[in-house]
Amino acid sequence: MCTVCGCGTATHEGDKRPGEAANEAKAPKEATAHSHSHSHAHGDHHHHDHDHDHAHDHDHDQAHAHATAAQNLDFGAGLAGVHVPGLSQERIVRIERDILSKNRSYAEQNRALFAQKGVLALNFVSSPGSGKTSLLVRAIEDLKSRHAIAVIEGDQQTSNDAERIRATGVKAIQVNTGKGCHLDAHMVGHALETLDLPDNALMFIENVGNLVCPAAFDLGEAHKVVLLSTTEGEDKPAKYPDMFAAADLMLLNKSDLLPHLDFNVGECIGHALRVNPHLQTLVVSAKTGEGLAAFYAWVETRAALARQKAAKNKAG
Amino acid sequence: MHEMSLTEGVVEIVREEARKQGFSRVKTVWLEIGALSAVDPSAMEFCFDAATRGTLAEGARLEIVCTPGQGWCLDCEKTVPLEERFGACPECGRSHVQMTGGDEMRVRELEVE
Repeated sequence: MCTVCGCGTATHEGDKRPGEAANEAKAPKEATAHSHSHSHAHGDHHHHDHDHDHAHDHDHDQAHAHATAAQNLDFGAGLAGVHVPGLSQERIVRIERDILSKNRSYAEQNRALFAQKGVLALNFVSSPGSGKTSLLVRAIEDLKSRHAIAVIEGDQQTSNDAERIRATGVKAIQVNTGKGCHLDAHMVGHALETLDLPDNALMFIENVGNLVCPAAFDLGEAHKVVLLSTTEGEDKPAKYPDMFAAADLMLLNKSDLLPHLDFNVGECIGHALRVNPHLQTLVVSAKTGEGLAAFYAWVETRAALARQKAAKNKAG
Repeated sequence: MHEMSLTEGVVEIVREEARKQGFSRVKTVWLEIGALSAVDPSAMEFCFDAATRGTLAEGARLEIVCTPGQGWCLDCEKTVPLEERFGACPECGRSHVQMTGGDEMRVRELEVE
């Protein structure tokens, strides 16, 4: 029912059966919506393990205003009789739940799947136009003889990027987020169902071009890789710190243009390190290939570790 | 506008709690939003009406409790207030401050019936 972000209307375009995949993506959301509305209408879900949370400290706040509602105490039986007689049906329930906990639980499912398959998953984030797709196309061409590779492409509309990836011969799922400004772990989980990920693969997730929102959403990836291009301001890490804080690697792309620009590489990396002292940075060009050998080494050592860990878990 | 998905996350949490705890209507939702979190409270208020429409929280009041930013200054060796996530220490001016609080995004309480 998302009207702005479009979470509920996200479509997953499988490379074989785009229509079906889109339906699959929608169906579970609707199903859960129905089951919720019925279950509390009957009031038949009274879990004892939560009773104590709200019994003590907050009920009294509301007791006075509706003292006459004693006859409605049945309604409050969900609290398993911990209410004192005469207490109102209205009450305060203490929840203390992280708003992102739902996304996090989906992300953990994705992460478990990656771990089990020995897959290294990377979440590529940047502003629109920093060269994520070009970099991925180049990296896939250079790495596909040594690794199985799969790609999830996030965009609001079109499957243009997935088509560019598919032209390299690897499997790519396009997730259209509708009006949404980021991928979330639930969308990625659905894409993974369609993807049939091979063991020990490299999983490249290209997020929606946006330097703000994707920072908050864990997709289950091993690392966020943030791209910044030399045609952008060198103070972007200072302006959009959340993303650079969330990332483990920064690729400064379009280094081939540096001779024509006033871009100060040192200053840019300085801004980034102030935000995130642990950030690793590489200067690369997806066009000329400059610096990509270092990026591949970064990827392949981590891929080897993921593979090793999965093999060990299987053996043990 | 990731506030919309976050607000949907709130509604989802409310639904789950309703199922677990057996309430059918929510009158007030208290959120705890840290000053250093990735959320704009006013955008969240804007989204709340749309996100709750047709749910058990339709028409509910949204109360946002803002918690201040806090960090540990490595040089001063104490907790200091933090204006921005990667800001400098207000006392020594150096930016060796590790955020310790103020990035919360939590559903704290519900008033239900």
